[in-house]
Amino acid sequence: MSAQSLPQAPTQRRLPRINPVYVLVAALIIAIVVMNPAFGEPTGYMNYLKRVAALAILSAGALYVIVSGGFDLSVGSIMTLTVIGSSMLASNDPNSTYWIIPLMLGIGAVVGLINGLVVSYLKVPSLIATLGMMISLNGVAFMWSGGAPRGYLPDTFRFFGRYNITDIPLITLLPIAVICLVGFGLLLWWGMHRTNFGRMLHAVGDNPQAARLAGVPVERVRISAFVVSALTAVLAGVILGGRAGVSVDIGSGFELQAITAAVIGGAQLLGGRGSVPATIAGALALEAIFTLLNLLGLAQPVRLVVQGLILIGAVALATYQRKRAGQ
Amino acid sequence: MSDAPFTAPKRFRFERHASAILLLSAIALYVALVLMLGQTRFLTLDNLVAILGRSITLGITAIGQTFAILIGSIDLSVASVISASAVVTSVVMNGDPSMMLPAVLAVLALGALIGLVNGLVISRLEVNPLIATLGMSLIIQGVLSYYYNNFAGNVPVEFQVFAYGAVGIVPFSLVFMFVLAGCAWFILRFTRFGSDVYSVGGNKDAARLAGIKTARVVIGAHVICSLCAAIAGIYLASRLRSGAPWIGAEGVYDLESIAVVVIGGTVLAGGRGGIWGTMAGVIIFSLIDSIFNVAGVDAFVKQVLRGIIIVAAVAFYAVRSRRLVA
Repeated sequence: MSAQSLPQAPTQRRLPRINPVYVLVAALIIAIVVMNPAFGEPTGYMNYLKRVAALAILSAGALYVIVSGGFDLSVGSIMTLTVIGSSMLASNDPNSTYWIIPLMLGIGAVVGLINGLVVSYLKVPSLIATLGMMISLNGVAFMWSGGAPRGYLPDTFRFFGRYNITDIPLITLLPIAVICLVGFGLLLWWGMHRTNFGRMLHAVGDNPQAARLAGVPVERVRISAFVVSALTAVLAGVILGGRAGVSVDIGSGFELQAITAAVIGGAQLLGGRGSVPATIAGALALEAIFTLLNLLGLAQPVRLVVQGLILIGAVALATYQRKRAGQ
Repeated sequence: MSDAPFTAPKRFRFERHASAILLLSAIALYVALVLMLGQTRFLTLDNLVAILGRSITLGITAIGQTFAILIGSIDLSVASVISASAVVTSVVMNGDPSMMLPAVLAVLALGALIGLVNGLVISRLEVNPLIATLGMSLIIQGVLSYYYNNFAGNVPVEFQVFAYGAVGIVPFSLVFMFVLAGCAWFILRFTRFGSDVYSVGGNKDAARLAGIKTARVVIGAHVICSLCAAIAGIYLASRLRSGAPWIGAEGVYDLESIAVVVIGGTVLAGGRGGIWGTMAGVIIFSLIDSIFNVAGVDAFVKQVLRGIIIVAAVAFYAVRSRRLVA
């Protein structure tokens, strides 16, 4: 008998399951290009990617905490603290950047560590723990700057957010921020989806009791997630400060935008499910929506309404799909 | 002695008394500080009333938020509801005393509608409450700031009595807040809806299997929450004599009301807690502010300490729990 008579593999192959967020991003970008052909030029889309870099890195980091089952509301205030602190310390000395950024990363690590310890050992729900951290850090940023930031960031610091490499064939220009986005995006993807740590993160978020019984060091995994989130917030702060300059409320609102991006990317709040590439796509989608609304000449208030509707819609759709899949 | 064999040995239930302990220590700290600085003028009855009177908006909002948190939900839209209802109040009244009743009714209807939508989205579409109410908050804020970008309308003098009138030295609004708290306590303690709230918060699936229509309870709790926020907005409009689209967000009433409820001993996961704990939390909050004022703490340092105190107060309850939290 030939192989032909063997039972065939199921003939009707299902379409590969594509996360709807990728379709959304593609649709939005096509819409933008149709409305504004200049967006298809390298300067158009590179500037868009440059704008989105800070939020995308931040969301990918915040996803670590979301997948572990918590929230991190302190990331926006960490960004503010990074920008304010750097501008206060730099005192216009271009060489200061080389020790300021490591110092800020150190501060970020300590903040993340405190968040994690408070959640793990004092058993404070992460919503409250990081909310308290947000209030305190905003106070620290105000204290440090005396209410009005003085000084400005040296060009060496702003390099990451502002500088473009020009004269590249094919794409003409390449902002440093986009290189950072790709680099850190890959790093965070690797950490979440290719390491034991990432697997434990999912396990802890899905069912902490089961994870503990299976031998996962739940506390250590949770604390690490908060540290990763805080560190990416510092990186996002460096990039945002480089692009937009110094202001006292530069990071406010980013904590909710990061959660929004993760949710649009299909992450499940309260843990156990989430993907770094999809979250970055969620950030791209969010920024693309804002760009589109700007092109349509719609004002800030409409942006808010649309953001709200998309947020609710994305989660409602995800819940509906999950229910229909019987999970 | 005779009834000794029939009573179980009374163990000290820490969680039950934790908010009272926190409240008493805040009061003790305040009194000690005032005596230490020799500023006894801060110990008068007038000053006590002033301390309480400062937190009426937060108190009314927190009463509603208690319901949302008790069912295991949360409401981030209260700040926007406060802004919206303050603006609607002052715009509809627009200085005309005869429009007072229609304005209040319109605002209450608006609050009930928002709560209904929140509840429906959470219970029927099964959207995570954090996201549902955050989305709602963005939508309300967007609609509101589309039409108004500054103080709009004004509240007639007759209506300012709500915020400024007083019986003796006790403001009407303070009495109103405690009456509202009393009603909420009655609902939670003595009505079927109240016990349903605790069942749904404790274990939603068990409540459903026990025959409780959980969706209705969730919707009811959110309607109450939004109604309270709407009332807080009416009060704020009466106090500020007008409404602006940013007053809710400026007061951070969404996050502060959650913090106050949790400091009052209501568990974020739902099912345990109560109104009087929340009221204790509100008073603790305003006492802390008074302590900072008396001690002359710098405004920024005050903010830093405030964040730390919120976490520490919640840790005070939570550190003994053996459950895993996230």
